[in-house]
Amino acid sequence: MNGVALRMLLGDRAKYIGLIFGIAFSTMLMSNQVAIFSGLMLRTASQILDAREADIWVMDPRVEYVDEIEPMTDTQLERVRGVYGVDWAVPFYKGLTVAHARDGLLQQVILLGVDDATLAGVVPHLVLGAVENLKQPDAMIIDRAGFQHMWPGHPLALGKVVELNDHRAVIVGVSEASPPFTTFPVIYAKYSNAMNYIGRTRKQMSFVLVHARQGEDVHLLARRIASETGLKALTWRDFTWATISYYLKRTGIPVNFGITVALGFIVGAAVVGQTFYIFVLENLRQFGSLKAMGVANHTILRMVLLQAAVVASTGYSIGIGLCAGFFEVTSRVSINLRAFELPWQVAVGTAVAVFVIIVIASLASIRRVMVVDPAIVFRG
Amino acid sequence: MRAPSIAVRCSGVTKSFPAGGGLVEVLHGINFEAPAGELTMLVGPSGCGKTTLISIIAGILSPTAGMVETCGIPITQLADAEKVAFRRRAVGFVFQQYNLLPALTAAENAAIPLVAAGVPLRKAAKKAAAILEQIGMRAHLGKLPNQLSGGEQQRVAIARAVVHAPPLIVCDEPTAALDAETGQTVLEILKEAALVPDRAVIVVTHDTRIFRFADRIVAMEDGRIGSVRSAALGELAEVA
Repeated sequence: MNGVALRMLLGDRAKYIGLIFGIAFSTMLMSNQVAIFSGLMLRTASQILDAREADIWVMDPRVEYVDEIEPMTDTQLERVRGVYGVDWAVPFYKGLTVAHARDGLLQQVILLGVDDATLAGVVPHLVLGAVENLKQPDAMIIDRAGFQHMWPGHPLALGKVVELNDHRAVIVGVSEASPPFTTFPVIYAKYSNAMNYIGRTRKQMSFVLVHARQGEDVHLLARRIASETGLKALTWRDFTWATISYYLKRTGIPVNFGITVALGFIVGAAVVGQTFYIFVLENLRQFGSLKAMGVANHTILRMVLLQAAVVASTGYSIGIGLCAGFFEVTSRVSINLRAFELPWQVAVGTAVAVFVIIVIASLASIRRVMVVDPAIVFRG
Repeated sequence: MRAPSIAVRCSGVTKSFPAGGGLVEVLHGINFEAPAGELTMLVGPSGCGKTTLISIIAGILSPTAGMVETCGIPITQLADAEKVAFRRRAVGFVFQQYNLLPALTAAENAAIPLVAAGVPLRKAAKKAAAILEQIGMRAHLGKLPNQLSGGEQQRVAIARAVVHAPPLIVCDEPTAALDAETGQTVLEILKEAALVPDRAVIVVTHDTRIFRFADRIVAMEDGRIGSVRSAALGELAEVA
């Protein structure tokens, strides 16, 4: 009877399209909003995620997230290096300054200073130039979006000059750094150059990036660093979550997105539930006649569930496809929207939500079909 | 001449429905027989219990008391699942409102009992199409119910009732939604297509225009059998 169930479903075009639209709309709204939300949250921790060599981030104990910086003295670096299990430890500067492009615009920029010798902490993926170029005098690497912000309409090029606090800096590389929350250009420079750009003070080091010895448990090492130095030491993963958690707690972003996602779920459940219920109700007499003709209840149940499954899977496929297409298009339309994408976890989570919606939508309908008296067919 | 075998036998059948906190008895000790190879009409005013009685005979409703034997099977002793299987195998239905599935073609609708028994839709539709062709529906096999007239839809329903060759066919007011001429045609087709020696056809109706097609007329009144008249005994001449 599966073929009959499908023909019944597809035969009522208007309702079928309504059901598909309901699920697709709900899928699109939920997955889109959750994906944008997760993309935004990942942006808050983009500099942590880009410093891939660092297992552990060490900072002043009062620091709660990556944008809240309490500088440390350079001597703290040596104390961290002295902890057992540390393979290497390097200074890392993070701060904001203003960059003036001689042939472009003025921009607030995120300045990241990396260890002069190892250049550890630079995002490894460059679209122009090489990380090693950073060792040249007055060298800096800018991210692709930052380049386009400072020189709108210019093709990506090396050798362009900017001024940072009256200091000359030359672009020797263009990176594909993860987009930051604030969309400011991200500039990498040698630590010593970064100190020149911002002006020397007694405490300047924002973080110490630590790489653990092979086989060392990074959580244990982080605890050891914290207990021996009195500093805060977090694995990159913990620091990422600490940063995301800060934004979750201190901003209205999760509430805003949460409301939209909930609306997507509720609207989806309501539209699909109501339409599916009406669809089943209108076919109640047909289901009754099938029962009268000897079609068992479990077969009828299977028919309704098949109809629900087809609606759910078709609507979900369309909705998730639209969502993926949305991110594909928006990432091409504006560089600021790059890296907003549909993670597989969001796709799976949305599938679960759609499953719940279709279960809710089916329950009332199934109940009506199960209890329908086959004698209904003898009532004119 | 050999006497026809009895396809349906009801003994002392009563049926009560809950109403207003109590029970209302709509059938009062019905004794009824429908022979195979005959078209039996169950007639009577609205509310006299005709539909309740055929629902019990077809295994859709259970009697409150009494015994029903349909095609040699004591259906009052069957479990619910067995009754479902019994209806699937042994009963063909023709309803007043046709109850065709709007999304299926005429051939597919007529094939439903075979599909319910596990035959693939395409194969079942082929067999149903052969029956539809026999009753003048060759040009309408691929049409949807909303493209058919009432008489044509009822022909599809008749094909659906006979496609799995059940020993019993029950028809509930098959001409009620049709004009007089179409109703006559439908009954002619029903008698021609459905009535075979080892099958009983029971038609519930209060359409006096079709009484002439009956082999036996059982009149009901207030949940009781009032009279039984048989064509074989020449008792139907006056009503036909």
